[in-house]
Amino acid sequence: MNRATLRRLEAWAPWIILLALLAVWQAICSIFKVSDFIFPSPYTIAQALVEYAGPIAGHAWQTFWTTMIGFTIGVAVGLSLGIAVGTSRFVYRGLYPLLVAFNAIPKVAFVPILVVWFGIGSVPAVLTAFLISFFPIVVNVATGLATLEPELEDVLRSLGATKSDILWKVGLPRSLPFFFASLKVSITLAFIGTVVSETVASNEGIGYLMMSAGSSMKMPLVFAGLAVIGVMAMAMYEFFALLERRMTGWAHRGGHAPA
Amino acid sequence: MTPEAAATPFVDFRDVALAYDEQSGFAVEDISLTIRPGEFVAIVGPSGCGKSTFMKLTTGLKPPTRGSVTVAGQPVTGPLKFVGMAFQAPTLLPWRTTLDNVLLPLEIVEPYRSTFKRDRAKFADRARALLRTVGLDGYGDKFPWELSGGMQQRASICRALVHQPKMLLLDEPFGALDAFTREELWCLLRDLWSEQRFTVILVTHDLREAVFLADTVYVMSARPGRILARREVDLPRPRDLEVTYSDAFSQIVFDLREKIGRVRKPVDLAAAKAAA
Ligand SMILES: Nc1ncnc2c1ncn2[C@@H]1O[C@H](COP(=O)(O)OP(=O)(O)OP(=O)(O)O)[C@@H](O)[C@H]1O
Ligand SMILES: [Mg+2]
Repeated sequence: MNRATLRRLEAWAPWIILLALLAVWQAICSIFKVSDFIFPSPYTIAQALVEYAGPIAGHAWQTFWTTMIGFTIGVAVGLSLGIAVGTSRFVYRGLYPLLVAFNAIPKVAFVPILVVWFGIGSVPAVLTAFLISFFPIVVNVATGLATLEPELEDVLRSLGATKSDILWKVGLPRSLPFFFASLKVSITLAFIGTVVSETVASNEGIGYLMMSAGSSMKMPLVFAGLAVIGVMAMAMYEFFALLERRMTGWAHRGGHAPA
Repeated sequence: MTPEAAATPFVDFRDVALAYDEQSGFAVEDISLTIRPGEFVAIVGPSGCGKSTFMKLTTGLKPPTRGSVTVAGQPVTGPLKFVGMAFQAPTLLPWRTTLDNVLLPLEIVEPYRSTFKRDRAKFADRARALLRTVGLDGYGDKFPWELSGGMQQRASICRALVHQPKMLLLDEPFGALDAFTREELWCLLRDLWSEQRFTVILVTHDLREAVFLADTVYVMSARPGRILARREVDLPRPRDLEVTYSDAFSQIVFDLREKIGRVRKPVDLAAAKAAA
């Protein structure tokens, strides 16, 4: 096999693996005659996807925009906190331990509280998505800002640069690759937050759909919901990965690749 | 320049000492020296003796623990606003083209800053001219990571000079370069300096570099850094690279080498070889 074919094969690798997995899965279900109520086969899941396409699309849309709102708030808050933590020693000392502690709390624990405050619906889902997604952004932006080369800072300061000059001309552009890298992580976390919240505190969304399908023993539909979340999260991940490559191509040659 | 102006020092250190923190004692101590306007000063000494610290004191990036630093007649209290600096690492910004990197000081230093948007084309011409003098003609639109190490270092020196600073601080700027490129950049720096006559403080490990370029060489002792010796280099200017093979040159290098040798034995193999 020559190198070009290998390269082409590599591009197709995810699809090949996926198909292989589905084939094995299907084979196991068919050969051992596994009940659809316990572990539905890919074929029955596909059937459920087609049969319930309308409702699934509605719930998926709900989950999607809920996630995007929560994620957007997460980006705004994460960016601001990241800048504050990364530029001020005082804020770093004061706030960072609290943020770390907060991040260690499972965000599921907040859902009941949010329900008490805001009732059943989209608001708890948006907020859960936000709560779970902002932390990686804070850490990455703060890291990007705090790891500025001291020599470069000396160069700028002895030119009379103010703190905000250094932030705008060097700090922020420099932390962009870190920021975009964190977006990829955060968007998938935001989906988790939304779905978790929907399963307990909503009448809409994929999380709710899976919950109610499960309680009426429609296992293929539950799995269809899982597949839809997976596809949405992966699509958004790829979108932000693409955005990252577009915006910060220099970082992958200049030796400043984020952690 | 009037005689008085030439007589008043541009940089004046009086009994300066600096301790980074209370426990570790002084990093530099008893530093007293004066530098004339337009003087080319080189500082040599063993690693960790406080050469970079001396630079930070000169620019006001660190306030002295004791003593006083005066630059251009003003006591230094905070970072100066008109100094060009270059280090061993080029520290160019990878997301800017080489030209935009060189323009960076003009976006920060007054009076260029306030007219930067309006005069950008004019400034870009000036930066391109500077790039041409260092042999980077046509590389302005390339990104730093598309340049070799020596080319990046040249661009870094352009960045230090684009705002025509009255003082240029160089901290081992040629340390990471091969011998040929290094000597080429010596001549470059020599030419830029004889043209513009800014005051230069050059930190280096290379005694030949110090003697070739400087008017005055200061030797510092191991930590806590003190000025051990001051040596005027009376070789006539303009100096060509050939002068580095002359006896007078070798004698000065040898003298300096001996002074450092007394401080600490293995200082700098390259300089030792050169002196031998
Ligand atoms: N930011 C700092 N905090 C504490 N100590 C420092 C700091 N910077 C330097 N020092 C100490 O001050 C002393 C002088 O350091 P400096 O960087 O000035 O040395 P140098 O002469 O430039 O060395 P080199 O030739 O290796 O660059 C060293 O002992 C170093 O440990
Ligand atoms: Mg140093």
